[in-house]
Amino acid sequence: MDLFLHLCIMILIYIIFALSLNLELGYTGLFNFGHVAFFGMGAYASALFTLHHVPFELALLISLAIAGGGGFLLSLPSLRLRGDYFGIATLGFGEIIRIIFQNEVWLTKGPMGLPGISKPTLFSYRFTTLPQYFILALVFSILSFFILRMVIRSPFGRVLRAIREDEIATEALGKNVFRFRVKSFVTGSILAGLAGALWGHYTTFISPSDFTLSETILVLLIVVLGGKGTEWGPVLGAILLIFFQESLRFLRLPAEYTRYLAPLQQMIFGTLLILLMIFRPEGILREKGKTKNVGIETGQ
Amino acid sequence: MLELKQVNKSFGGIRAVSDCSLEIKSYRITGLIGPNGSGKTTLFNLMTGFLPLDHGEIFFKGKRIDGFLPHQIAEFGIVRTFQLARIFPKMTVLENMLLAPPRQIGEKLVSLWLKGKRIREEERKNLKKALTLIEIVGLSHLKNQFAANLSYGQQKLLELVRILMAEPQMILLDEPTAGINPSLIRKMMELILKMRDAGKVFFIIEHNMDVVIELCDWVFVLDNGQKIAEGKPEAIQNDPRVIEAYLGV
Ligand SMILES: Nc1ncnc2c1ncn2[C@@H]1O[C@H](COP(=O)(O)OP(=O)(O)OP(=O)(O)O)[C@@H](O)[C@H]1O
Ligand SMILES: [Mg+2]
Repeated sequence: MDLFLHLCIMILIYIIFALSLNLELGYTGLFNFGHVAFFGMGAYASALFTLHHVPFELALLISLAIAGGGGFLLSLPSLRLRGDYFGIATLGFGEIIRIIFQNEVWLTKGPMGLPGISKPTLFSYRFTTLPQYFILALVFSILSFFILRMVIRSPFGRVLRAIREDEIATEALGKNVFRFRVKSFVTGSILAGLAGALWGHYTTFISPSDFTLSETILVLLIVVLGGKGTEWGPVLGAILLIFFQESLRFLRLPAEYTRYLAPLQQMIFGTLLILLMIFRPEGILREKGKTKNVGIETGQ
Repeated sequence: MLELKQVNKSFGGIRAVSDCSLEIKSYRITGLIGPNGSGKTTLFNLMTGFLPLDHGEIFFKGKRIDGFLPHQIAEFGIVRTFQLARIFPKMTVLENMLLAPPRQIGEKLVSLWLKGKRIREEERKNLKKALTLIEIVGLSHLKNQFAANLSYGQQKLLELVRILMAEPQMILLDEPTAGINPSLIRKMMELILKMRDAGKVFFIIEHNMDVVIELCDWVFVLDNGQKIAEGKPEAIQNDPRVIEAYLGV
């Protein structure tokens, strides 16, 4: 039962993380290869503030602001770059943030990591046990899902998809493409920060090695496998991949084989990504021709 | 309405547009013709901010507009189509249409929380207009299809009616009839004339002389980036300089 709850909590946290990337990658067409940076910023900020006795509610808000602010600052120069260069810039940013976690020892305790992160208290209710944390993660992921769905189905989301489809035509119709991209990127960063904060308070220990490129690859794979640019794709992808990843971890293998697990998992994920690109680039769920608009019937 | 003064643009050694001055008057359809590579599309790109000018000035309703970004120029009321139709392939025909209206309330993130009702009203109003327009060009039965599933001619029609959703004052069309079958060309010309009567100003690049003669009140002829003639279409057709430019004699 505990194992099952643990699995569910991890899945819920990664659903939020994947949803946030889906807004950028799936709907806006932004190839963000440094998404883990915002997950990490959320985790570190919330952990550090609560460790310094700031109440969780406030610490969470601050960490979302930090992740969003980081996203805003990165977006200003990088979103002026074209597609692939944007990808490289975000990749570099992800590494920079990890190196900051590692080297700013006075703040982050460096490679030793931050132990003893408290379980959150929301409005004087403590989420300490697994079932309690499950509820917390569930509430936040449902909230994220519906907020993003509202955003995506709105005229704002329509502009994002248009930018993904043809940036020049969108610009020619009078939409400020740059500004829409910044908004999408900042929103995605804030949500990634939320996922990171929830994750930090769940594991109670974070260190720079939790926020490497392979995290970004995992969340990319979740979005691409599930179906980018679909509402349920990231949910499905997170369920499948996190289930797979976590069950590998709990396999009872003889001790001499366990050291092969991590590289093996990387190989499987890499192969999966390649196979997907070849055989089903649109993912398991694909975008449908009929899309609902905000509360109106398009049928006659 | 729109005035170009001494506009210049070179690409490396090629002078795509050189010392081009022309004035487009309100309430009519102006044509722009010229051999391939004479700089017509480049002129459109300069007028809509997609390319920076080397020299010269462009005025729209007395206001200088060169130096502004494409989306700003569209905001001023100048909207264009592209020589190769640009539609949003993985969006439905209706979504392509609904995207176009400018300054939608629902395009602001904060209004999504505060103005749900007004957004829905706005969408309903735009939807009605969109359905009427796609009906005119015979795309109604495809309204919920991805635009990618349309034929090329249908995509050009979609692009044309889409900019009508954008509430433009001046419409620039880059070869609207290229690749479209004659019966659809008819439909398209009727639509353009109807929009003209509704007060829209058109500036149209067109190779099909029948279309030019029937639609245009005034024609500019471009050759090697220079304006070599202007006048009424019938007169232009018989102008020796134009014949020379086209036949290269
Ligand atoms: N972005 C660009 N970079 C370099 N050269 C360009 C560019 N755009 C246009 N040119 C050159 O400028 C000249 C004019 O091109 P333009 O596309 O304006 O011609 P056009 O009159 O629209 O021709 P067509 O009737 O074939 O569409 C051509 O010689 C073309 O090669
Ligand atoms: Mg051209």
